[in-house]
Amino acid sequence: MPFAENPSEFPVKIDHDKCIADKGCTVCVDVCPLDVLRINPETGKAHMRYDECWYCLPCQLDCPTKAVTVTIPYLLR
Amino acid sequence: MADLDDGDDRFEADVLVIGGGTAGPLAAYKAKAANPALKVVLLEKANVKRSGAIAIGMDGLNNAVVPGFATPEQYVREITIANDGIVDQKAILAYATRSFDMIRELDDWGVKFLKDENGDYDLKKVHHLGTYVLPMPEGGSVKKILYRQLRKAQVLISNRFMATRLLKGADGRIAGAIAVNSRTADILIIRAKAVILATGAAGRLGLPASGYLWGTYENPTNSGDGHAMAFHAGAELTNLECFQINPLIKDYNGPACAYVGGPFGAYTANTQGARFIESDYWSGQMMLEFRKELEGVKGPVFLKFDHLAEETISEVENILHKVERPSRGLFHAGRGTDYRHDMVEMHISEIGFCSGHSASGVWVDEHARTIVPGLYAAGDMASVPHNYMLGAFVNGAIAGKDAAALAGSTDLADYDPHDVETERARVRVPLNNEDGLPPNQVEYKIRRLVNDYLQPPKVTRKYEIAQRRFAEIRADLPRLVARDAHELMRALEVHSILDCADMAAAASLYRTESRWGLYHYRLDYPEQDDANWFCHVQLFKDEKGAIALKKRPVDPYVVPVEATQKDAYHRLRIPTPA
Repeated sequence: MPFAENPSEFPVKIDHDKCIADKGCTVCVDVCPLDVLRINPETGKAHMRYDECWYCLPCQLDCPTKAVTVTIPYLLR
Repeated sequence: MADLDDGDDRFEADVLVIGGGTAGPLAAYKAKAANPALKVVLLEKANVKRSGAIAIGMDGLNNAVVPGFATPEQYVREITIANDGIVDQKAILAYATRSFDMIRELDDWGVKFLKDENGDYDLKKVHHLGTYVLPMPEGGSVKKILYRQLRKAQVLISNRFMATRLLKGADGRIAGAIAVNSRTADILIIRAKAVILATGAAGRLGLPASGYLWGTYENPTNSGDGHAMAFHAGAELTNLECFQINPLIKDYNGPACAYVGGPFGAYTANTQGARFIESDYWSGQMMLEFRKELEGVKGPVFLKFDHLAEETISEVENILHKVERPSRGLFHAGRGTDYRHDMVEMHISEIGFCSGHSASGVWVDEHARTIVPGLYAAGDMASVPHNYMLGAFVNGAIAGKDAAALAGSTDLADYDPHDVETERARVRVPLNNEDGLPPNQVEYKIRRLVNDYLQPPKVTRKYEIAQRRFAEIRADLPRLVARDAHELMRALEVHSILDCADMAAAASLYRTESRWGLYHYRLDYPEQDDANWFCHVQLFKDEKGAIALKKRPVDPYVVPVEATQKDAYHRLRIPTPA
């Protein structure tokens, strides 16, 4: 890895008990305009991979099991 | 073609639409409706279901020209005055005369507009002179409705493709575009007889005051790719010095929405809770007064609801917290802000290019044609001023219809394989680099410099320093590193952002006067100078690949404006007793 680590809090949180990505659901990943969500192959659940959130909410509004919670990014809160 | 075994995907279309937000879907739909035999492709960087400025819907039409409330001529006059006269009236009139038919078509598709007890459209006055705002109480469903129409019309949709360069034939006609998949980094070459650019605003130009790269006013997917592509393809861009700067909720950086609150009795106020501007309609003159109040002893500025009745406030919350930027309620809750007893602190946005609210963009005529044959532009990136969502729909429709007619009567132009080679090489650099600069860092630096030097009021020396800094960063671009396809998209966006920053600086320096209130307020040329600058400023690429500029006269008005009305937008400040 050529880059230094620069941690930040993820504004999008996924409830693993509710997420059904392991059953083939990709709704939140599909609707994110910034394309920051992915399915983690190890857990089979969705997660936020890139800290590039517009706090716009399609992931939360369109999730069929209400597994997604968006918070306002810390710098703006 | 010489490069058939390079592994790139190839596709042929009749009409290629780049950008699936607001103007793009209408362009694709209307092209297909005009000639169902055409192969119409809609390319989108995100997913058409949720993309662009209206990804989560919109709370209303801000420029509805509805019989009984306004005529197209009245609208053209108001927008002419709001833009200090520098407009192409034919393009505004083309929009205004189609505005009502588009509203009725959207209504037929299922978009809900506010109606009175007789079932008539219930418009509200927000502009300085006329009445043009039509609320959409259930505006969250707009994208779903558009998507349904696109599927019905059998438009071919390709999501997660970022167009990076346009292709042209030897005869100067448009030949197609090159795109990169943001998940796989695969390159796609699309040949087309007509190409419609609808890539939205250049919304990642300035840095929001929060410092968060993605906390922009515009949907941050809109990074000015279309502005950059049009420039490199030889189109003209106009009045880029007329920046977009909007009044917003501080930190949250979304619209405070006086357009929504105003008709209910809310208004923009200073720290004493007093009005200081007569109209909350966004214009450069309004923003200049806003900034004065914000920075003055009566600052900052607030949106005031706390004098309104409980049922009114609930109704406003029901709109503001559900559509356009629905996380707004969450933001207020986090700070304990309640409209019932707290004013909402406001601020001014970072700069951008967006004809939706100002007047800059890729030059188009009343048919949405750029000066490149076969290349169209519509929506926030094209030059029709104060376009908003309805303007994007209408001008997208105009582009789609005209492009369909062209595509039905012409053949594909042959592109130069050398251009594809050059672009493939540019696109591949960040993936091939093993060490270098991460895109987010380069982007932060460009946008921080944009704030430091380009944010109005504009000062010549600061602009010249900015140009030197931008040139240094341009030399850094070959060192961008992408570890995956997603970061490659970000790296390519950095190229667009830097192009836009350079264009913003060059256009601003060229126009040696002040105009459009805060949007082009030059401290070393503080006066409006109609004798020398009552003209458009056209920016284009010269033979050496550099930015060049020239004046373009304002075409004779098709709707006369009376001398007594011309400075109506310069009288926005409410006089204070001595």
